[in-house]
Amino acid sequence: MSRKVLILLPYVWLLVFFLVPFGIVLKISLSDIALAIPPYTPTLKDGFWTMVAGLDLENYAFIGAGAVFAGFAAIVLSAVMFRIVYPRVRRALVPDTPNGFFDTAAAALTALAVALVNVALVVAVLALLFPALQSFVDVPDFLYFAAYLSSLKIALISTFLTLLIGYPIAYAMARAPSHWRPTLLMLVILPFWTSFLIRVYAWIGILSTEGYLNQLLLSLGIIGEPLTILNTNIAVYIGIVYTYLPFMVLPIYAALEKMDDSLVEAAEDLGCTALSAFWLVTAPLSKPGIIAGCFLVFIPTLGEFVIPSLLGGSDTLMIGKVLWEEFFNNRDWPVASAVAVILLLILIIPIVLFQRNQEADQ
Amino acid sequence: MAQPRPDAVFAPWDDPAEVPLIQFKNVTKRFGDFTAIEDLTLDIYAKEFFALLGPSGCGKTTLMRMLAGFEKPTEGSIILDGVDIGPVPPNERPVNMMFQSYALFPHLTVWENIAFGLKRSDMPKDQIGDRVERMLKLTQLGKFAKRKPHQISGGQRQRVALARSLAKAPKLLLLDEPLGALDKKLRHETQFELMDIQESTGTTFVIVTHDQEEAMTVASRVAVMVDGNLAQVATPDQIYEAPTSAYVADFIGDVNLIEGTVEVQPKGADPTSVAIKWSPTEDPIKATADTPPPAASTVQFAIRPEKVAISAEKPEAANVMEGKILDIAYLGNISTYHVEVAPGLIVKAQATNTRRISRRNLTWEDHVYLSWTDTAGVVLSE
Amino acid sequence: MRRFSWFNATSLTFGFAFLYLPMLILIIYSFNESRLVTVWAGFSTKWYGELWQNDAFLDAAWVTIKVAFWSSTLATVLGTMAAYAMVRAGRFKGRGLFSGMIYAPLVMPEVITGLSLLLFFIAIGLDRGVFTIVLAHTTFAMCYVSVVVTSRLVSFDQSLEEAALDLGCTPFDAFRSVTLPIIMPAVISGWLLAFTLSLDDLVIASFTAGPSATTLPIKIFSAVRLGVTPEINALSTIMIGIVTLGVITASLITRATAKKAAADERAAAG
Repeated sequence: MSRKVLILLPYVWLLVFFLVPFGIVLKISLSDIALAIPPYTPTLKDGFWTMVAGLDLENYAFIGAGAVFAGFAAIVLSAVMFRIVYPRVRRALVPDTPNGFFDTAAAALTALAVALVNVALVVAVLALLFPALQSFVDVPDFLYFAAYLSSLKIALISTFLTLLIGYPIAYAMARAPSHWRPTLLMLVILPFWTSFLIRVYAWIGILSTEGYLNQLLLSLGIIGEPLTILNTNIAVYIGIVYTYLPFMVLPIYAALEKMDDSLVEAAEDLGCTALSAFWLVTAPLSKPGIIAGCFLVFIPTLGEFVIPSLLGGSDTLMIGKVLWEEFFNNRDWPVASAVAVILLLILIIPIVLFQRNQEADQ
Repeated sequence: MAQPRPDAVFAPWDDPAEVPLIQFKNVTKRFGDFTAIEDLTLDIYAKEFFALLGPSGCGKTTLMRMLAGFEKPTEGSIILDGVDIGPVPPNERPVNMMFQSYALFPHLTVWENIAFGLKRSDMPKDQIGDRVERMLKLTQLGKFAKRKPHQISGGQRQRVALARSLAKAPKLLLLDEPLGALDKKLRHETQFELMDIQESTGTTFVIVTHDQEEAMTVASRVAVMVDGNLAQVATPDQIYEAPTSAYVADFIGDVNLIEGTVEVQPKGADPTSVAIKWSPTEDPIKATADTPPPAASTVQFAIRPEKVAISAEKPEAANVMEGKILDIAYLGNISTYHVEVAPGLIVKAQATNTRRISRRNLTWEDHVYLSWTDTAGVVLSE
Repeated sequence: MRRFSWFNATSLTFGFAFLYLPMLILIIYSFNESRLVTVWAGFSTKWYGELWQNDAFLDAAWVTIKVAFWSSTLATVLGTMAAYAMVRAGRFKGRGLFSGMIYAPLVMPEVITGLSLLLFFIAIGLDRGVFTIVLAHTTFAMCYVSVVVTSRLVSFDQSLEEAALDLGCTPFDAFRSVTLPIIMPAVISGWLLAFTLSLDDLVIASFTAGPSATTLPIKIFSAVRLGVTPEINALSTIMIGIVTLGVITASLITRATAKKAAADERAAAG
């Protein structure tokens, strides 16, 4: 009896407040905007069957979902091609010799090029054979499509930047004397407990035209006139790297901390220089941490709203911001819902990959 | 290890009038496709100290958890004191368990740990204190009553776990590898303590262990388990001296196993005597068996190394083999000699080191004679 | 131990400077006399006084604390139940969906969670206000609580529960008198996490708050859009101070108990 209650209560709660609301979003994304309360049509008031009959994919066509799908398919196809081509190229380029970092990079780049050319060929053939596909990928309002692309770009670049800054910090933490580590760890976690909004806000004062950074640079004579950083994408990158840095540092630190120090010593004993020992031993062993950290930054960044709206400019396009504006400013609920559904579909791939990485790590 | 008990009067398993306290009746337990216990029937009597012995994964822990109520048999039934305990939940069984990890509640003191079960029984509140004090005294833990489990040593934790499981005076106490976490010296002391406590409380103990020495020391009877089946259930001395299978002989202690075929006995010979041909050139081994296996059947002859005598001159004995010393394992009080008696066949012989090492005359590559009487070994037919 | 190179020292120095300088500047300038936030004009605490006079901020702060308290408490109860169900209940119908629903809100963009809850509240005709924010925050915070409690339950020695059953506890009694006291630290940190998440949340609160209820983050967000003000600096300083104090106290307590436990264990072994 008690076991049933134990499961049922949280289960029903999540069904009602998580799954059902999402179903409603899905339904509204298939409706049309209307001057009514609520501002969409059809609703249940029209009767169930009339409502179902009134649903259509108009909003998805409007926001260019077809093009998003096509892009998606192309990326998946490229990834599959890459996985097929890469091992062959690597074997052909570097037969049996133990390969270093640059050999691997060369093989990867070649394989990527081959994969992309293949995909381009497939696309060209498809476009010739089925001209009707043209209208499927047609984008009536480029705003949304551009927002997806720009979100993707911003998320990718800022994930990379966070990794670049976060890895040395995590590495230094793991190498620090063991009695420092708890304190260092707390110093990394502390900002996580501090309000996100306040941490983003702190940068407004620093980056604005009369801000502290410009004051400092002007007084040092490095620049002649103030730089415009606030309300540009650069400010968005800085904001994302700053707020998500702990998410990158913690998993990498966890991976590096587990590593046995004597592994690097063994590598050096066997003839590696300090740098090649890092590339051949430390870096591969911290890979699960790097992957986890990258996903932990990439996934939330893709739907980010606060940072682009406070630090970004009017030309900073991110899906989270577009969705918010569509909903609160344009009051176009059906389109906002469709944008949300597509965003979720885009997120499914990194989420699934992330979970697979976590499971493999255990 | 394994002295035959002088007071062999306690033997309810030999008395057909005695009613067992626990009866496993054709019990089978499956976890998905895996069969942990297969069609097992076993009786355990009141006041017994019963040991379940076997390698890990043989099903001994599953058997114990079924007694405690944490697992239900897939088929068959378990009777405790005349009651089928299959549907009885663990908290309503008159059975208590001492866990391998001790499972002491870390947030409660030693006193509260021992009182935990009593508070959930129908014992009046004013008697609980007395009972806990008695248990503390029994296990010599009086000084530590106010400590938390992490503030006492491993041996003391083990005693708290014992006191806690005995506090409710269960009909049956289950002990899951109770001494596994202790170091060797402490383990030996505690084995005797366990036996004293079992005797003074008169509780039936069922102990699970993979340590054969421990099982032999504490138990009135030992059940050797393999792959979910009982290989042999008998007193420790019977298990050691009269194993019924090569598996049991090999599992308990050290043994020499020699394979051979039974020879036809001449007319008028002793009906219990057996001659085993183990080599085309050597004399057969002379042994005895209550029911000798049929002639020409393949058997294993098992003999313990300490029952094999070693000497430089040829002795007078029922069985004599000659060979060459390959290896000597010096263990201080005894030495084990590995003697090659035929190409590829090595027989181990043990000798007590009654003289200082420099005075002993056997060494590597020496030519020696091994000998034993005709009743020293066991004939095992598969 | 390997030597701690200058490279490591530099990356730590720069890394932590990057993490802490912005907040430090914020704190320093909250004591600035001038209304012009970028020009230092002497030490003053007048903005803290003004903040105290600002009823709108105080009201919002009160609403936020109320929401955070109720939602984190509810989330802790539900999240602990969910964790216990996931770890101990074995197989049951719809387990996959259940675990999916527990993990999904952790990676779901806040805009989507907020939007879907708002549309849901409108569809069922629930008036938006403090109550709806509590419902929304409970839903996503319970998932965080459940993750924290799950990780503790997984490392929890199940034989402790079996020992309690063996000694005569009913399953509920075993949970109450053995499991709960032992996992309490995880439950408390789950509660704290839920409380902080609720205090911090802007997006979901913006969607689910009606015109009648404004939380502090909503208030700060609308003020910040107009630029940096000394009042917000002062408010931020207070919030940073509270969190820092809380985290440092909590970690000192855990470290002290860990040290004591280690010392006890050494004493017991010796």
